[in-house]
Amino acid sequence: MDTSRSYLEPSSFSKKIAAAIIVVYTVITLIPISWMVMTSFKNVDSAISYPPEVLFEPSLEGYVNLFTNRSRQSPEYLDSLPPPKNWYEELVRSREMVITGPSKFLGRYSNSMIIGFGSTFASVFLGALAAYAFSRFRVPLKDDLLFFILSTRMFPPIAVAVPIFIMYRKLGLGDTHLGMIILYTVVNLSLAVWLLKGFMDEIPKEYEEAAMIDGYSRLQAFFKVVLPQAMTGIAATAIFCMIFSWNEYAFAVLLTQFNAQTAPPFIPTIIGEGGLDWPAIGAGTTLFLLPVMIFTIILRKHLLRGITFGAVRK
Amino acid sequence: MSQIKITNLQKSFGDFTAVKNSNLTINDKEFFVLLGPSGCGKTTTLRMIAGLELPTSGEIYLGEEEVGMLRASERDIAFVFQLFALYPHMNVRNNLSFPLKMQGYKRSEIKLRVEEAAKLLRIDHILNSNISSLSGGDRQRVALGRALVRRPKAFLMDEPLGTLDAEFRELMCLELKKLHLDIGATTVYVTHDQLEAMSLADRIAVMDGGEILQADEPNIIYNKPKTKFVASFIGSPGMNFFEIDEGISKDQSFVNIQGAKFNIPKQLEESKGNKNFFGIRPENLTLSNDGGLKGLVYGVEYLGSRKIITLKTSLGEIKVKTDISVNVKLSENVQVKPLNNNIIIFDGETDKSLNSEFIK
Repeated sequence: MDTSRSYLEPSSFSKKIAAAIIVVYTVITLIPISWMVMTSFKNVDSAISYPPEVLFEPSLEGYVNLFTNRSRQSPEYLDSLPPPKNWYEELVRSREMVITGPSKFLGRYSNSMIIGFGSTFASVFLGALAAYAFSRFRVPLKDDLLFFILSTRMFPPIAVAVPIFIMYRKLGLGDTHLGMIILYTVVNLSLAVWLLKGFMDEIPKEYEEAAMIDGYSRLQAFFKVVLPQAMTGIAATAIFCMIFSWNEYAFAVLLTQFNAQTAPPFIPTIIGEGGLDWPAIGAGTTLFLLPVMIFTIILRKHLLRGITFGAVRK
Repeated sequence: MSQIKITNLQKSFGDFTAVKNSNLTINDKEFFVLLGPSGCGKTTTLRMIAGLELPTSGEIYLGEEEVGMLRASERDIAFVFQLFALYPHMNVRNNLSFPLKMQGYKRSEIKLRVEEAAKLLRIDHILNSNISSLSGGDRQRVALGRALVRRPKAFLMDEPLGTLDAEFRELMCLELKKLHLDIGATTVYVTHDQLEAMSLADRIAVMDGGEILQADEPNIIYNKPKTKFVASFIGSPGMNFFEIDEGISKDQSFVNIQGAKFNIPKQLEESKGNKNFFGIRPENLTLSNDGGLKGLVYGVEYLGSRKIITLKTSLGEIKVKTDISVNVKLSENVQVKPLNNNIIIFDGETDKSLNSEFIK
């Protein structure tokens, strides 16, 4: 009998099965994403060719189209122009077009950044303060309040779209960065409070008591002693909040048009501008994917500890 | 360093009263131990002195100043927690300098004080280590060091040795005592371990049910307990009690317990009711051949230098602490009688010990 392993440890056979399942699952989930990335590097023709091309000559046409506005011109006019100044102008001219200016993508992208990171910071900051209060103080009706906070997540946020639309118009918050930050923060806050309360409960209150005895006020103790120890929970919460506000589409369509429009409602509008420019859409979506991916990778060691945290008491 | 005085201190959590109308004076430079079973209010009392809980009523004086309603950070006291509460995201040096940074000392002064404290506690070689890499004993020393660097008015310690293993606890006990002699700081120490209390304290206050039952020097607490609870809580094994079904009058010098007659010290006080208790410590009993209470040997424990013999008698179980040379076997029939007149009568109604020639 093989006694070299503990009975609690899975056998090598079941480990292999598990690995195989994970590989299959990973491949399935990665196919659409890799197709999207591939499309972003195709030219307009190979993007819609049938049968689909898996091997193709890479092109930056999608990215050029994403960042520029172009107009189609007659060959005579193109010939009358001075030679192209750089590689992307040349690329555009080979399609019998000229660049008329930068597209709105960069502006929309930075709107997404401002609103995404802004609301993530606000949700985590306010969530941490509220969670600390719920965890440490004798708050009257504590359980009812916590349930009330959770109940804001029991309907889809879009169910209150109309009242929010009217409120925002009256308050002048429609199509503003601040308005969108507030909105996403409100939606994320319940999640942040609940997640972070779990983490705060796990931090022994002796730490901040020790700091208070050492001469610090409660708020100072919170920032210097409690927050550093809640880093894991804060990272996990920040990722969840970031993913929501980064990807949010419905409210963004409804409440923003120009000034504060984020990337999700903008990318589909590329379809309308001069044919189905799939490479440009692929390029926009690929670039849109990057920040959340990088953010998650940076915080991933916290995330893994974070979502299993508290499952086993030390 | 200062005197600590609490007057009529009371703390309630909702309907539950954790500390009842307590009065205490802890002298300057005294090592004072609050002793009692869990839930007796000793930690709550300590936390009120620290400012981590606010009293429901009553006053706390630190030196001349009334501090009952001040924040912990405004009281200038140091607290050592049971679980040490060292900041895990800082190394030893930063843990030690954390309280000093708040008070705005110069960097050079902080460094000097931290190294001084580290030297005193023999942790100067681990100043740059992480907290998580330290052993229990070193963590304990760092926790003490963090209390020490501030040179506060008083040290408060909440079962600081509770998490250490037995051998190490003894060592740290000695070190604590020595440290106290070296720096002479007013110290209030909470524990449920009577041996720890006995070996450390200048004075002990025994608490139960939120009340301070007796505050005295260790030998007085042991020999002249004021209540039955104190008598039973202190000493290992605890005092033997027999029920007396009659009232005790003044000048009485013997009692009848289920037909057997026992001499007692001359009583200076009469009992309130007709049910009282006869208390005698195990070491004040002896096995005899010439008369005494008959008993069956039920258990024998060797404690190295002494032996504890448990007897089953008509009065219930009795523990006798004897010399190691006494030889008895299990199930043997023996006789037991008091060795001396160190006997205390407890009033069955008030639980208090009655004044006598022995206990005045």
